[in-house]
Amino acid sequence: MAQISLNVNGKNYRVDAEPDCPLLYVLRDNIGLNNPRFGCGLGQCGACTVLVNGSAMRSCTLPVERAASKKIVTLEGLGTPEHPHPVQAAFLEEQAFQCGYCLNGWILSAAALLERHPHPSEQQIQAAFEGLICRCGSHAQISAAVKRAAERRA
Amino acid sequence: MAATSRREFLAIGGLLVGFKFGDSAFAPQLLAAETAQTPAPARLDSWLRIGADQSVRVFTGKVDIGMGVQTALMQIVAEELDVAVARVELIMGDTGETPDQGGVGGSTSISAGAKPLRNAAAAARALLIELASARLGVAPGQLEVADGVIRVKGDASKSVSYGALVNDHNLTENLRVSGSGFAVNVEGNGKPKDPAKYKIVGQSVPRVDLPGKIFGRAMYSTDVRVPGMLHGRVIRPSGAGASLVRVDDSAAKGIRGYVQTVTRGNFVGVVAENEWAAIRARDAVKVTWSGVADVFPSDLYAHMRQAKPKASRESGRAEFSRGQKIVEASYEWPFQAHATMGPGCAVADFRADGITTVWSGAQKPHALKQGLAQMLGVDEDRVRVVWVEAAGSYGRAGDEDVAGDAALLSQAVGKPVRVEWSRADMTAWGGKGPAAMVDFKAALGADGRIEALEMIARAFSGTEIIPQANTAGNMLAGQLIGMPNTTEGNEYVQWGASTFAYEIPQVHWAGHVIAPLAPAASPMRAMHLRDPNGPAGTFAGESFLDELAAAAGADPIEFRLRHIKDPRMEAILKAVAERAGWETRPSPKRDLGAGRGIAIALRGGTYVATVAEVEADRTNRAIRVKRLVCAHDCGLIVNPEALRGTIQANLVQSMSRALKERVTFDDHKVTSVDWKSYPVARWADVPKIEVVLVNHPEIAPSGAGEPSSRPTAAAIANAVFDATGVRVRRAPILGSG
Ligand code: FES
Ligand code: FES
Repeated sequence: MAQISLNVNGKNYRVDAEPDCPLLYVLRDNIGLNNPRFGCGLGQCGACTVLVNGSAMRSCTLPVERAASKKIVTLEGLGTPEHPHPVQAAFLEEQAFQCGYCLNGWILSAAALLERHPHPSEQQIQAAFEGLICRCGSHAQISAAVKRAAERRA
Repeated sequence: MAATSRREFLAIGGLLVGFKFGDSAFAPQLLAAETAQTPAPARLDSWLRIGADQSVRVFTGKVDIGMGVQTALMQIVAEELDVAVARVELIMGDTGETPDQGGVGGSTSISAGAKPLRNAAAAARALLIELASARLGVAPGQLEVADGVIRVKGDASKSVSYGALVNDHNLTENLRVSGSGFAVNVEGNGKPKDPAKYKIVGQSVPRVDLPGKIFGRAMYSTDVRVPGMLHGRVIRPSGAGASLVRVDDSAAKGIRGYVQTVTRGNFVGVVAENEWAAIRARDAVKVTWSGVADVFPSDLYAHMRQAKPKASRESGRAEFSRGQKIVEASYEWPFQAHATMGPGCAVADFRADGITTVWSGAQKPHALKQGLAQMLGVDEDRVRVVWVEAAGSYGRAGDEDVAGDAALLSQAVGKPVRVEWSRADMTAWGGKGPAAMVDFKAALGADGRIEALEMIARAFSGTEIIPQANTAGNMLAGQLIGMPNTTEGNEYVQWGASTFAYEIPQVHWAGHVIAPLAPAASPMRAMHLRDPNGPAGTFAGESFLDELAAAAGADPIEFRLRHIKDPRMEAILKAVAERAGWETRPSPKRDLGAGRGIAIALRGGTYVATVAEVEADRTNRAIRVKRLVCAHDCGLIVNPEALRGTIQANLVQSMSRALKERVTFDDHKVTSVDWKSYPVARWADVPKIEVVLVNHPEIAPSGAGEPSSRPTAAAIANAVFDATGVRVRRAPILGSG
């Protein structure tokens, strides 16, 4: 057990956790957030994605000590209904997703991608999304939403 | 108290969207024993209640498995009551709050499930008009309704709101009930509207569930938190038929937060104070199982061909004669996994007096209540199952079985327990869509028409485990503690009767059900996976139709039309051909490398035609789907954009199943355990998707959740033939080499 300082969605927390405990369980159990989500615990699907210093990371395989004192943003912290992040607004306008269980991965990876490449090429989108799963198959709408978000930023 | 949530509205990008935010503080909580009884369908207020603030709370035994059906149901109620959709709140799948409608299945939520809601709303409206007529002293015919306010036509000063009327009168009237389960219906004195007058039904109302999800505030079954709740994980046997020899938890005792290991029969689970401790304890506990071998066959299809069927049926006759041109072919479809995005998760709170609440994403909560009561040995009315949205489940996935796990663990430790499965618990031990193989034979006449057709299907039954978890032995936990599965059903692969689109003079069908691969507690338990047997049967049938078209030297669409009389099927075939830019010619194409294929399907009154375009290389067998175009007719369309989204996603999922998905196993266990060993479609695999919606407002809506999963595999296989001249007869197509 160790005392670890975390900055999540702009708030500071001190949590008691095993240093090698994946960030996912600390966010859910210690801090009480509902996002991100458990999908595989193996780094294979993206359901647990959070932004760590602006990069989309799999929180299910990231030991909490490696996230200490970094800026962690979960989907909940990305934007609000009143001030939606452009990617969230675009996904809403496209009515993307079926069950939505996968969407941390897609929205946060898209947000990180557009931050780095405001006009991403097909290859850059492919690289950002290759590790993600959407079991329902919402890909067509996700694709439309990412294009819309890129245009909105332009 | 029922599941409640905050509702708000906001304009985003010119779109007025309704919000439904889950909040753990609003988590549906039980509860005294007296609330556990399921409301009787015969009372109007079992279905809907109107508040003084004009709000409309609707209670339905249906649930939303991620396709947006809740928004469509809200539209249907708002339409009949003449209120804005924003006023309607839906309470779904709570056995203590909602009437039993059989839950979700068979793409029936709109076609059958909406009926009692529509009729209850119509009854309520008629009653309110009557009350207003008495209060305002005006004949009912003189009244009109605008957003829940009843007023005198031509004199807006005389009006009264629904809210004011219900202040003095509870809507407790009796309704006439017919049918049960999926088919339960009610009728009161109001007549539902003429669909020609619909204003809200038919509009693309934004899905109410999406804002909460997109802003990270939705609540799924994984997010239910109950005071004092512990976290459990299960430890499954080493393979089918293994029995527990010994458990040693000494290594787990050093894990902070570890509580205990629970064993009962062959059921093993660990309980801890938090999830990470539960995961580590699960890995630390040493479990010894009796050895097992040779349970599963090394060649599945050889086994299916040789095994003595456990049940058989046949219908029709087909006679073949010498002079006819005979075509024969066989097709194979593997076991597939639900592999839901979120592994099964449920919370159970078993109290000392047997009062139990279970929160789960189960598609059929009312049935689950019965099964859990039997497993726990308590009276049914002591158990309340509260549905909470889960990851898309596509049939009987894991939500019922994990509820059984949670119930056993909670009963054993006397505290609320949340169980979340691991990825392997889900993929390897969750239910499996049944494998199937079909032999076809047909005779072509000189005029290029099919004169006789024979179909012999062998398949595991999709109801080895019936979708209703209404007995303990239906659930894996029940089987592990020694309760037998007593409700097994025989389900055949058919491509006939209501699903057959063609007019052929002689059709002979025979179906054989293959016995389960292992008798009990098997990771290969066959159950419903989206459109049970539909994709397998349609892959075979529509591939074979294509083989016949090629043998007749005919264009595949033109050949199908020769055998189709139903104008709706003709219309969508033409619609898909037009959108796809179909080039009329026989397959295969002369210049190889790219091709197109067509397949159609009929399911429960819904018509689907799909065109696939592929690039395929004959030498290295590389296949890429470039485009899928689907024309879809399900009668009246309630919400076009939500429907389009569901079909688009279903096309990708069914393409994934067609191209990549196959459950692998060795002689006693499943070796598909994660996303590497059970690959599904990824970003790079996804083609251009186009959907053509054909609307028939005059025809009552039929289902839309499943039908479009049917033709995809055959459309792709037929396109591969068109491109390469090579026929694919085994799914998954990419693994068929
Ligand atoms: S849950 Fe982390 S990648 Fe799947
Ligand atoms: S929308 Fe269900 S997994 Fe992506």
